[in-house]
Amino acid sequence: MTPPRTLVEKIWAQHVIGAPQEGRDLLHVDRHLLHDLAGVISLEEMEARDLHVLRPDLTPAILDHTVSTLPGRGPVTTRISERYVPTMERLCAQEGIPLFRLMGRGQGIAHVVGPEQGLILPGLLVVCGDSHTTTHGALGALAWGIGSTEVTHVLATQTLYQAPQKQHLYRLTGHLRPGVGAKDVILWLIGRYGTAAGAGAAVEFAGPVISDMGIEDRMVLCNMTLEMGAKVAIIAPDQKTLDYLEGRPFTPTGAQWEAAKADWATLYSDPDAAFDLVREVDCSQIAPQVTWGTTPELVGAIDAPIPDPEAEADPARQRLMRAALDYMGLMPGQVPGDLPVDWVFIGSCAGGRIEDLRNAAAVVRGRHVAEGLTAWVVPGSTEVRLQAEAEGLDRVFTEAGFEWRQSGCSLCSAANGETVPPGARCVSTSNRNFVGRQGPGARTHIASPVIAAASALAGHIAAPLEAGA
Amino acid sequence: MRAFDTVTSPLRYLPRDHVDTDMVIRIERLVLVPRKDLGAYAFEMLRRLPDGTPDPACTLDRPGSEGAEILLAGRNFGCGSSREAAVWALAGYGIRAVVAQSFGDIFRQNCLKNGILPVAIGKAAHDALMARAEQEPAMQLTIDLPAQAVVTPGGQRIPFEIPAGEKDALLKGEDDLARTMARAEEIRAHFEAAEAARPWMRIDPGPLAEFTSDEERS
Repeated sequence: MTPPRTLVEKIWAQHVIGAPQEGRDLLHVDRHLLHDLAGVISLEEMEARDLHVLRPDLTPAILDHTVSTLPGRGPVTTRISERYVPTMERLCAQEGIPLFRLMGRGQGIAHVVGPEQGLILPGLLVVCGDSHTTTHGALGALAWGIGSTEVTHVLATQTLYQAPQKQHLYRLTGHLRPGVGAKDVILWLIGRYGTAAGAGAAVEFAGPVISDMGIEDRMVLCNMTLEMGAKVAIIAPDQKTLDYLEGRPFTPTGAQWEAAKADWATLYSDPDAAFDLVREVDCSQIAPQVTWGTTPELVGAIDAPIPDPEAEADPARQRLMRAALDYMGLMPGQVPGDLPVDWVFIGSCAGGRIEDLRNAAAVVRGRHVAEGLTAWVVPGSTEVRLQAEAEGLDRVFTEAGFEWRQSGCSLCSAANGETVPPGARCVSTSNRNFVGRQGPGARTHIASPVIAAASALAGHIAAPLEAGA
Repeated sequence: MRAFDTVTSPLRYLPRDHVDTDMVIRIERLVLVPRKDLGAYAFEMLRRLPDGTPDPACTLDRPGSEGAEILLAGRNFGCGSSREAAVWALAGYGIRAVVAQSFGDIFRQNCLKNGILPVAIGKAAHDALMARAEQEPAMQLTIDLPAQAVVTPGGQRIPFEIPAGEKDALLKGEDDLARTMARAEEIRAHFEAAEAARPWMRIDPGPLAEFTSDEERS
């Protein structure tokens, strides 16, 4: 009899090639999402070394990091996109890699496009040269981010070396309060357990909160589990997963769909499977969260005063908090609601999906952005943009004074040259509040789309209920 | 990849936890500066004031650190983005080993792929090392990979763990690619069997044309 195994161990075992070597396995890769920034770096390296892509058919390529999101953009709108987009187009054509074109509906952020087009399926091993590849665990795929040398290795061999990861289980119990979503849950978990809590492990989420959670929210949760230090985040596929996948362009159909569903029915952690760490978390206690520091673990409830470093016992944490307060221009005891906001960014692979835009639009509808505030909506993909436009959400945002932009990573990574000005305070639905992340000197507060929307209207950090007041 | 055996050098001292890879190398440098020139921009947000002049409060370039090949950093060093340019920038800055309490996992992998040794040591030993480095700017350390030890000037040996396969690759300066490509036939056979067992895993080429064409729907 097979010993009980975790979900990750089951998928892992299907992907090991040959025998384990020196504690790490050679694994086959089912999907390699190749984006413009990682793609150009590795494809140029391969060209220089006369290497070729082994399985271009498993390597869907996407333009997201370096593209401008200016309405009416083209491939060479900026100095950065001019460097990357034509090069990506040339090298993908040369290697037979299917590149989702800039002006096509498949353009967008890799971690938005992959799931929404049915390219990501339960049980697949997925890698991408981007840390937030953990997103795809929301569909029951085993997925993680890799660096450039590993991207090149996967391009040339469609395989990757990896030591088996430690296994963590977070059982999320209780019921989320109104106005609390996946972004609040993951920020709260990071605040509670720290950005190093994941320790390179595979984190599985389970429990009633997960069962109740929609697929796009599960993606937000898995996306930011990387910010907890995990290598992998994963959720066992369930009926919601099947409902989400069915009918998408690349989702299997007919007999293949039935065969896939039969295979996916085995994808869960056995009841007696051994985890290295199990945590049970009552999520009923979680309030809407906003970060105040320069790492996602410096976070608190939207109405909670910013803590005083003096009250901290650990000198290293004191230093971290002081440096963060200094960079963010904050004082202990201030509450987020006191903080005037200059910029709002609604977008990214952690806040730019259609549900995120619907939630934000519901807050914005019929109201107006505060005087002097710049507010951007950058849809996570062109498909999201087209869907939102079909629902009239673009008009809700533009009539309120938001800029409605083209799709890309934009102000989440600032790789395309779009930045928040130095010293400006920005409420952002993205996943990182690091020093300079949105531009040199920019001050980022990570929050949910509804808080970002409400803050844009109020001119200070605000929960949705306050926005109309 | 350059082989790693033993390194003795002064330190770049960075008493800060959760230093992310954005802080190691800024995005606008990595997108436009050639890989070989990234070293000049390593930690620029910490080392330089907004006007570009050196920040006197930064400990990385303090007197005594000249020519340092070892970075002594805090907890969870290299968290965040997967950008390998962070490792290329460190290499360009002269760094061959990073000693910290823990590492961001992708950063750690990227180090190993570039012949840079990530050394994780326990909190007590790390705290003591940081306290001493604070006081002694010219302090030297030895990182002895074959013996898996950090050796202080007084001869104290702090052991560290590293998986055998990673250690072996660093000692030989070998990268994985040639070794994997030699297994091409085994890989091909594996894929054939996996795709026969689970044919739904392939990407259906049918819908691709619509996505790879330049026509926008709206």
